[in-house]
Amino acid sequence: MQQHWLTRTQTIRRLWVVFALILAATLAAQLFVAAEAHFDIERLFGFNAVYGFAACALMVIGAKAIGWLLKRPDDYYQRRGGDLD
Amino acid sequence: MTLTDAGLAAALGHPGLALFVGAAAVALLRGRLRGAAALLAPAAAALLLWQLPDGIPWRGHLLGLDVAPLAPDRMSRLFATIFALMAFAGALFALNQKSRMELPAAFVYAGSAIGVVLAGDLVTVFMFWELMAIGSTLVLWSEGGVAAYRAARRYLAIHLLGGVLLLAGIAGHVSQTGSTGFTALALDGPAHWLILVAVLLNAGAPPLSAWLPDAYPEASWSGMVFLSAFTTKTAVYVLMRGFAGESVLIGIGLYMVFYGIVYALLENDMRRILAYSIVNQVGFMVAGIGIGTPLAINGAAAHAFAHILYKALLLMSAGSVLYMTGRRKCTDLGGLFQSMPITAACGIVGALAISSFPLTSGFVSKSMVTQAAADGHLFAVWMALAAASAGVFLHAGIKFPWFVFFQKDSGLRPPDPPWNMRLAMLSLAALCVGLGIFYEPLYALLPHPVRYHPYTGGHVVSQLQLLLFSGLAFFVMLSWLKRTLTVTLDTDWVYRVALDRVVTDGAALLRRVLASASRAWGAALQVTGERLRAWHAPGGPLVGPWSTGLMALWTMLLLLALLVSGYFW
Repeated sequence: MQQHWLTRTQTIRRLWVVFALILAATLAAQLFVAAEAHFDIERLFGFNAVYGFAACALMVIGAKAIGWLLKRPDDYYQRRGGDLD
Repeated sequence: MTLTDAGLAAALGHPGLALFVGAAAVALLRGRLRGAAALLAPAAAALLLWQLPDGIPWRGHLLGLDVAPLAPDRMSRLFATIFALMAFAGALFALNQKSRMELPAAFVYAGSAIGVVLAGDLVTVFMFWELMAIGSTLVLWSEGGVAAYRAARRYLAIHLLGGVLLLAGIAGHVSQTGSTGFTALALDGPAHWLILVAVLLNAGAPPLSAWLPDAYPEASWSGMVFLSAFTTKTAVYVLMRGFAGESVLIGIGLYMVFYGIVYALLENDMRRILAYSIVNQVGFMVAGIGIGTPLAINGAAAHAFAHILYKALLLMSAGSVLYMTGRRKCTDLGGLFQSMPITAACGIVGALAISSFPLTSGFVSKSMVTQAAADGHLFAVWMALAAASAGVFLHAGIKFPWFVFFQKDSGLRPPDPPWNMRLAMLSLAALCVGLGIFYEPLYALLPHPVRYHPYTGGHVVSQLQLLLFSGLAFFVMLSWLKRTLTVTLDTDWVYRVALDRVVTDGAALLRRVLASASRAWGAALQVTGERLRAWHAPGGPLVGPWSTGLMALWTMLLLLALLVSGYFW
């Protein structure tokens, strides 16, 4: 089976470069647009970028912790008497 | 009910009724006629809806109570419009559904949802509320499998509980106020709290949010498209009408937002990811209703409208994958973009819209809720909503398309689904993008006049920063997000496992107690029998000759006992 161009390692490397450029562009754009700040904290350079990244990292870690407590094999309910008649 | 001729005409012109008639037609007809009826019924409902003037065309009496089943205004028209539109798109998508029960059930469900949002009194709200529970249970049930049947039973139990609470609350309200009218309900007593709890239950609020991700993903590939639209959004409508500005809703909404994100991050079933994200999105609406300013209410209403479209689109995309591959777990999927480009592209559009990317419907609707939080100087709420917006991109915006259409190559090469399913997806994708660019028609439908401009440079840039760096977080932490063959326990564990264990273990305990009691009784009987036999047997104490003195003593004792008893009684 021929490999789809999107799945080639070289393409993926290029996509990462493009993504990095876009990220840099959104940061740079903040310097050129009129700041729309509801609260002072938003005036900080790159606030939304840092906040978005940090919030997501925290949520992933939080989910991991909750998963450690509450994850069960996916036939859990089938193996319990409760789901059978 | 008493009706004049004009009233009768108005009653028959109820848009929900068009869908009930459509349900009967779809159930009876076959082939092309069935397809035509399936598409005409929602169109007729929309047409009837837009002919209705604001106000109450007729009133009636039911069981001695005043009812006004038809009371359209701006807010109800907005919701009824999106419900009719959704019934149409869903019917188009579901044309190849083999089950003959699903589409009629879905029309009853959609028709009753329209009935709730057009109702001018609480009695009508209750009746359509219950009908909605029945219609949706049948949609779920018509999947036909054992898992769906069991999920439908649990689903119905929860919704009947909600119905009982709602009825109790309405009864209390009517007996206190003497009015059945559906107006704003202050949280001033148990009756209104009961109504609030019942409505929140349907919205997927804690602590029983689990009914939603438990039940919806067990529906058929087309069934879940219908289920995602109506129950939670009628609840949003009732909250908006009855409880706008109740600040308790802000906390509940924020809880739902983060609950949805965390559980979706842990989930492996592609449609259960989307089910959790329904709770997440409804959380934004509930928080907006809690803020309660005209801008927040507009935002919540617009978000409900936009959400129905992009969530249906996401579920159609997932439904197409399920239809073509029969698989639903992320661990079994991947790489499907190669052979299902339309399904993948439409799924991505839905994912961008749910993440509120600029140029999509989610951007022009959700921004109003966050703006309302900022206008009210609710800093903590605003920060939480911003974090949650990032989290939406994480759990639904990237996770769903990535694990279904990209990640590893599963080796599956199914083609895109049949034309009607493609058409339904493409139309909804066009609407998601269209409303993101030409948002004025949507804003014109909102309950309050709108003075809000979503596309300011600062807003677009800050939103792009927030979302794109969330995307970076996703790919940086990808190894932590790797899917596992697991489910995550939720409060439904209480009634699926714990209560079940109480009943089965309790029964076993009761059986053991009864068995040992009956053993003890048997042993006691045996001992007594042996003793009696020994006394009465030849040579036993009661059989042998007694001395006269002993007999006299016993007689005296008995007489004495009689005397004592006669003295006291």
